[in-house]
Amino acid sequence: MKLAYWMYAGPAHIGTLRIASSFTNVHAIMHAPLGDDYFNVMRSMLSRERNFTPVTTSIVDRNVLARGSQEKVVDNITRKDQEEHPDLIVLTPTCTSSILQEDLGNFVERARLEAQGDVILADVNHYRFNELQAADRTLHQILEYYIAKARKKGDLATTKTERPSVNIIGISTLGFHNQHDCKELKRLMADLGIEVNVVMPEGAAVHDLKNLPRAWFNLVPYRELGTLSAEFLKTEFGIPTVDICPLGIVETARCIRQIQQVLKDQGHEVDYEPYIDEQTRFVSNAAWFSRSIDCQNLTGKKAVVFGDNTHAAAMTKILAREMGIQVVLAGTYCDHDADWFRQEVSEYCDEVLISTDNAEIGDAIARLEPSAIFGTQMERHIGKRLNIPCGVIASPIHVQNFPVGYTPFLGYEGANHVVDLVYNSFTLGMEDHLLEIFGGHDTKEVITKAMTTDSEFTWSRDGMAELNKIPGFVRGKVKRNTEKFARNQGIGEITAEVLYAAKEAVGA
Amino acid sequence: MTADQTAPALTFECETGNYHTFCPISCVAWLYQKIEDSFFLVIGTKTCGYFLQNAMGVMIFAEPRYAMAELEEGDISAKLNDYEELKRLCEQIKRDRNPSVIVWIGTCTTEIIKTDLEGIAPKLEAELGIPIVVARANGLDYAFTQGEDTVLAAMANRCPKQLGNAADQEERSGGIQRLFNLGRKADTPAPTESEYHDHKPLVLFGSLPDPVVTQLTLELKKQGVKVSGWLPAKRYTELPVLEEGYFVAGVNPFLSRTATTLVRRRKCNLINAPFPIGPDGTRAWVEAICAELGVETKGLAEREQQIWANLEDYLQLVRGKSVFFMGDNLLEVSLARFLIRCGMTVPEIGIPYMDKRYQASELKLLESTCSEMGVALPRIMEKPDNYNQVQRIYELKPDLVITGMAHANPLEARGINTKWSVEFTFAQIHGFGNARDILELVTRPLRRNTALKELGWDKLVKEDAKKEDATKENAKTEALV
Repeated sequence: MKLAYWMYAGPAHIGTLRIASSFTNVHAIMHAPLGDDYFNVMRSMLSRERNFTPVTTSIVDRNVLARGSQEKVVDNITRKDQEEHPDLIVLTPTCTSSILQEDLGNFVERARLEAQGDVILADVNHYRFNELQAADRTLHQILEYYIAKARKKGDLATTKTERPSVNIIGISTLGFHNQHDCKELKRLMADLGIEVNVVMPEGAAVHDLKNLPRAWFNLVPYRELGTLSAEFLKTEFGIPTVDICPLGIVETARCIRQIQQVLKDQGHEVDYEPYIDEQTRFVSNAAWFSRSIDCQNLTGKKAVVFGDNTHAAAMTKILAREMGIQVVLAGTYCDHDADWFRQEVSEYCDEVLISTDNAEIGDAIARLEPSAIFGTQMERHIGKRLNIPCGVIASPIHVQNFPVGYTPFLGYEGANHVVDLVYNSFTLGMEDHLLEIFGGHDTKEVITKAMTTDSEFTWSRDGMAELNKIPGFVRGKVKRNTEKFARNQGIGEITAEVLYAAKEAVGA
Repeated sequence: MTADQTAPALTFECETGNYHTFCPISCVAWLYQKIEDSFFLVIGTKTCGYFLQNAMGVMIFAEPRYAMAELEEGDISAKLNDYEELKRLCEQIKRDRNPSVIVWIGTCTTEIIKTDLEGIAPKLEAELGIPIVVARANGLDYAFTQGEDTVLAAMANRCPKQLGNAADQEERSGGIQRLFNLGRKADTPAPTESEYHDHKPLVLFGSLPDPVVTQLTLELKKQGVKVSGWLPAKRYTELPVLEEGYFVAGVNPFLSRTATTLVRRRKCNLINAPFPIGPDGTRAWVEAICAELGVETKGLAEREQQIWANLEDYLQLVRGKSVFFMGDNLLEVSLARFLIRCGMTVPEIGIPYMDKRYQASELKLLESTCSEMGVALPRIMEKPDNYNQVQRIYELKPDLVITGMAHANPLEARGINTKWSVEFTFAQIHGFGNARDILELVTRPLRRNTALKELGWDKLVKEDAKKEDATKENAKTEALV
């Protein structure tokens, strides 16, 4: 048993459901007790989905415990098949079904006989995998299934497209800024003269999967999702993988150069250097920003980075390499892939932390006292408690991290967005710090309903000095109480004496 | 065959139970805030933890007094000893938080692997010196608010038998907490006994925010009825005395297990009343309590009338409109009864579980309200099937659907007004003074969507919008022909 208040990566079935509901016309049926379908709430709330989330539950209740699911799961599958005609139904095990050890595979076999659509059982064990690993596995599983199916039917499309083309693998629902990133990647590919063959899983139909082999290469922007699928496509069809995440100016250039190499290897001569140079120096503002005076002020400032592998590694490199910020600690909660992370960041930070325990991360932040944190929503709250600003760079996230406006993290536009995020975090911190030193924005605090109304009281210098000693969060209240006291007593100027008399009067 | 003169009775139906609701472990969210010296330990898996974390939103960051005892593979396969594991975690909780009670919430997993929480708790309680209350609030058996019911039923067994038993008191509360209590009691001047009628002690059950507790207590005080205690109280150490023959009354419709426990185990008399939701419900609730205690009510009709008069602006918005309850928190019958009194019609009341005995008075009031308002009786759908319900919603086109968040946005995108049901659980909806808050919630989508109506954007899903355009086009052609 483990005492836990917070977790970074969700349970395995969340990963499977994210994949299933990213595809179009794929339905997931969870084998779970009542109340486990809060994935639907998350999807409907966080990403403000207009459509019903294609996830239903075959409910495990007392009867199921006593007698087994019997016909229930099969009935639920065939019913959904008739109601919505999905191309594929993914039977999704949960922690409950992991212990019940019902023969879900057998249910799937039986349901296949009746259902018009395809049915598979997601091969994920709750106790072995987390959300991210499960998502990667499920995507691979669905891909493998449809490649095998196409092969059997003989309609696997293996001829390469005429012009260079790419599969973008790993864009999914509830992924951190995934929708925006996808748009930005498509734009980048268009700039490079590369056709987008298939994007998956988000928005793809399962019928599209047989066309995957037509692409010249696979782009896997996120470390956490798509790696297994890309490896599979490489072994099966020899499709090369580009797995450098184009997050930040330097990494975007590296990613484009890798694409160039991949195309050259297939006999397509391209030279992307002029494009990279043009974008870096004149189109994107990120490179210019790091040269500007503002960014000079950030030199040597301390930052802590924590998140998933992709975002934490990329942010660490951006801060250290592109902005001259000292990353005192870089960390990830992807403990299943810790070696990769260490290798990526160790030369760019003072310390590496691999942990899924938010208390450990909180303690590290408190100890290091950075000027800014770049982390998940949890680090944002740690920052609030410690009075350190935080930019959110990775899941887990809240509804405010699903902005409506265009805010990619990847590519050249993404680099601009990241610059804003970093800069705003630090200036807010600086501003706050200056306010502490100089004792507030201005000497007249807003205590009436109008900003412009002057207080009828004058505060003497010593009165003001005493007031400023009072901790910020109660200062306004103390000021109001004191002025109320002064008003009652008919005192015009508030001195330190009056302040303390007021304090005594209210018995504080 | 002569026509049956009695009013048509309510019909109860039952569907597949394939509906969306919160897991009952969510009760820790409001109970840990209510019972200030408690610590809730949910013994379950990552699935439970992830639910709490997402359902509680920002609350999770406010140093909550609840945590997961996350079961790992070793626990499931019994490689680890449950007793030792729980002891280790509870010792840590005692060290870090020093609560007056630790509540263990059993989950689906502890049910399936048959962890003997009830057996382990007394042993560990003796060893640690902290009371451990076990509540099996799991998704195999219960829905959402029923979680509170399981916790309160377990707490009912911990209420002291008699006041003034010094040893008992000493055991229940640490010295410091008792000092606090004394200090607090001194703050509020004790009302003189003569303000109250001489009646048997009354204890109310159900967790409500403190302001609502005060309001309802004062409402009864107006009638000369003294509330001897509340289950739960603000602190575990202040749980009310329960003796044989005490009267008890519930404030929420989902507390049937607690009621049963109070009647069977504690030998209390249950006052079966409608619930104090809406001015009609509050009045009926006060009246039922007074009737049982032999107290004559005064001024209740005027008070109710005055509240209704103050609601007029909202009533104008809801009159004649229809509302469909998909059902997920067991407040549905009481809310529907209030809204029918407000002049709305209710085609369907979905509800997770219907205890016809515990809710008997509420159901009766629903029937009489329907006949007085001259509206059809709603269909009460126990264990509803959300898919079927959505089909019925498409057919009925209700003016408002009260539903969980899983369906709210998709329905809005299809031009159907929705109100998120969970808000009714967290808002203050009890008593005369809070009737306005219920209508504030109910009318919010109506007001918002009226404000937006002019824009003509009510259908925001492509397929639906196309379908509608096509029907319009057809109608035009037909009209031409």
